[in-house]
Amino acid sequence: MVHFTSEEKSIISALWGKVNVEETGGETLGRLLTVYPWTQRFFDSFGNMSSPSAIMGNPKVKAHGKKVLTSFGEAIKNLDNLKGTFAKLSELHCDKLHVDPENFRLLGNVLVIVLATHFGKEFTPEVQAAWQKLVSGVAIALAHKYH
Amino acid sequence: MVLSPADKTNVKTAWGKIGGHGAEYGAEALFRMFLSFPTTKTYFHHFDLSAGSAQIKSHGKKVSDALTTAVDHLDDLPTALSALSDLHAHKLRVDPVNFKLLSHCLLVTLSAHHPADFTPAVHASLDKFLATVSTVLTSKYR
Repeated sequence: MVHFTSEEKSIISALWGKVNVEETGGETLGRLLTVYPWTQRFFDSFGNMSSPSAIMGNPKVKAHGKKVLTSFGEAIKNLDNLKGTFAKLSELHCDKLHVDPENFRLLGNVLVIVLATHFGKEFTPEVQAAWQKLVSGVAIALAHKYH
Repeated sequence: MVLSPADKTNVKTAWGKIGGHGAEYGAEALFRMFLSFPTTKTYFHHFDLSAGSAQIKSHGKKVSDALTTAVDHLDDLPTALSALSDLHAHKLRVDPVNFKLLSHCLLVTLSAHHPADFTPAVHASLDKFLATVSTVLTSKYR
């Protein structure tokens, strides 16, 4: 199980406080669908995803991205119990959505890159390391109930 | 996976924008990798891995120079990177999973320094480029 030091928790919360969840969520999901086009397999109902600009401008992508990142916000409030926090979502992603957990890792790394573009120098190696732990912890928690 | 003409253009343009900062970015990517993915340090137990280390700087330059070579030979990466490919296969034997980790940290470094240029399309092309380089470097492993 991933354990966060109090310093890592501070680093994560401090950055999160400055994140525009709606914009960042949309951008993260959009980039996932652009950079790894096979991830579009889960979103047939989203409509036009024929080009990077179509994807990034797609209102369903933006809405879903916001939903996903809002959920991340829950993780940040419960860093000591990620598995418990994501238990129901884990079951959902396995039993109903049938999403390969590898996709959680891909999304987590895209989020890290989006944060780097937004925060630049402020996204130091130390800040990145704390966030890598978080995205990894979330990916593991979301995969935990798979069977 | 094949680099399209658009990918090649994106990669050349993006790499051109880093100016003389290649070595610095190479070192930063390595340092980010060692901090975020501590298992990667196992390949550098003989290095000083502290911030600002001369060895990380020099190794970062090596990585950056090799990527510049790759960017200059996008139409024939296997030939251009043949010697490096041999080195990784027979001497260094870095487990293939680690190339993804360094590639990711290279993307983080580039995106942090050049956010405006790091559009989704450029991001995609660079990701493909680094994955292609990684495949070439591990192609002679067995």
